[in-house]
Amino acid sequence: MSQGNMNLTLKVWKQKNKNEKGRFETFDAKGISPDMSFLEMFDVVNEHLISSGKEPIAFDHDCREGICGMCSMYINGRPHGPKQGVTTCQLHMRSFKDGDTIVVEPWRSAAFPVIKDLAVDRSSFDRIMASGGFVSINTGNAKDANNILIPKYDADDAFNAAACIGCGACVAACKNSSAMLFVSAKVSQLALLPQGKIEKRDRVLNMVKQMDEEGFGNCTNTGACEAECPKSISLENIARMNREYLKASLT
Amino acid sequence: MSEKSFFLSSSIGKKISMGLTGLFLISFLIVHVSVNSCIFINDGGITFNAAAHFMATNPLIRLIEIGLFAGLILHIIFALLLTLENKKARPIGYEKINGSANSNWYSRSMGILGSLLLIFLVVHLAHFWIDTKIAVFTGKADKHNTFNEMKEVFSNWYIVALYLIGVGSLLFHILHGFQSAFQTLGLNHKKYTPIIKKIGLWFSIIVCLLFASMPVAIFTELIK
Ligand code: SF4
Ligand code: FES
Repeated sequence: MSQGNMNLTLKVWKQKNKNEKGRFETFDAKGISPDMSFLEMFDVVNEHLISSGKEPIAFDHDCREGICGMCSMYINGRPHGPKQGVTTCQLHMRSFKDGDTIVVEPWRSAAFPVIKDLAVDRSSFDRIMASGGFVSINTGNAKDANNILIPKYDADDAFNAAACIGCGACVAACKNSSAMLFVSAKVSQLALLPQGKIEKRDRVLNMVKQMDEEGFGNCTNTGACEAECPKSISLENIARMNREYLKASLT
Repeated sequence: MSEKSFFLSSSIGKKISMGLTGLFLISFLIVHVSVNSCIFINDGGITFNAAAHFMATNPLIRLIEIGLFAGLILHIIFALLLTLENKKARPIGYEKINGSANSNWYSRSMGILGSLLLIFLVVHLAHFWIDTKIAVFTGKADKHNTFNEMKEVFSNWYIVALYLIGVGSLLFHILHGFQSAFQTLGLNHKKYTPIIKKIGLWFSIIVCLLFASMPVAIFTELIK
């Protein structure tokens, strides 16, 4: 990585473990290149910390190309920082100015307890998926692709919903810590397709129940989730889930 | 297999109840603003008093009034329940929040706007509703002159100011609430949602402008 010319101040949440009370600590990020990603900037800071015998800042990351959803960072008051439609790993330092102070916090939600520093436990999402985010048919051999006809619009909507990477930015952005956008994307991607229709009633009931039990808040339709979602998942999915839930509850 | 949780204890069930009661309360506003607009005829309150008298004594309206209060109370109870749950869902808040980057301020302030509305409503009922009730129950409804009462109440500039704050809160509360109710009920459609949003916008503006102009017109004696 080329030596850069930006010097920044980071105000980062530090917390030893789930039970300890955390606090903000200030770090200097020196010699940062505008072409670095936000995570690479953290790598540089951490290397300095390690070489001077200090503990590095813990943060989640995996793919570093916007597809795994791990890089949860609440940057200057917004999940994944100031750009729309990107994850933290896709955010570049050119989005900031030399001399800036950047506040970095973990996702804040009772359902996402902090593991350490900026890393949070998002297994509540896994439990929601396990409660109904699947199709339990015996698929057998691969069928001819045109055996089951699917209207183009439905296929597109299902595909767009399936773009959700389970990052949790919707929960982090929501003033109520609601997980409606995530759950509705998962409900929609299956409910829209013929293979998923069979179990759609039980699916929506079970997934909403699990969502409520995990302690997420209630949606008030501010639309913050849609605006901050790195995959631009649409609020239409939430309306679809509300419809599905109402139908399932009445029958 | 699904274990059904009780509809009203689920998050979506409570939201749908908020939306339905909200829309019901909005429908009341249409009646209220229409009746009150009779003062603009500027005939010394003759038409308005006749309309007010009908509203205060008609048995069917009485019955709907009970439903109205029930709807209001449910709307408030669900709002409190949801707000408490939402507070619990984020025990540690953020140090820095840039809310305006992703949502409208009024969509994030429904609780505050609603509370302002409730305070206003208590004052408003104390001004007009209680007196009318007393008159009806003591058999003096025929002599009760709501128009004169309005002139008296709105001769105070600070009461006029309070009403304007109340109506302002109403404007932003339904600006978000109207379209939000349709989204909650599952109606989000490329063709209809923009229309719903437009109707909500014009409805809030027109209704609130009409309401706001009433105390102002009486205070400035444009209406006598
Ligand atoms: S809906 Fe968007 S913000 Fe929410 S988990 Fe999925 S990708 Fe992330
Ligand atoms: S690290 Fe995978 S999405 Fe950012």
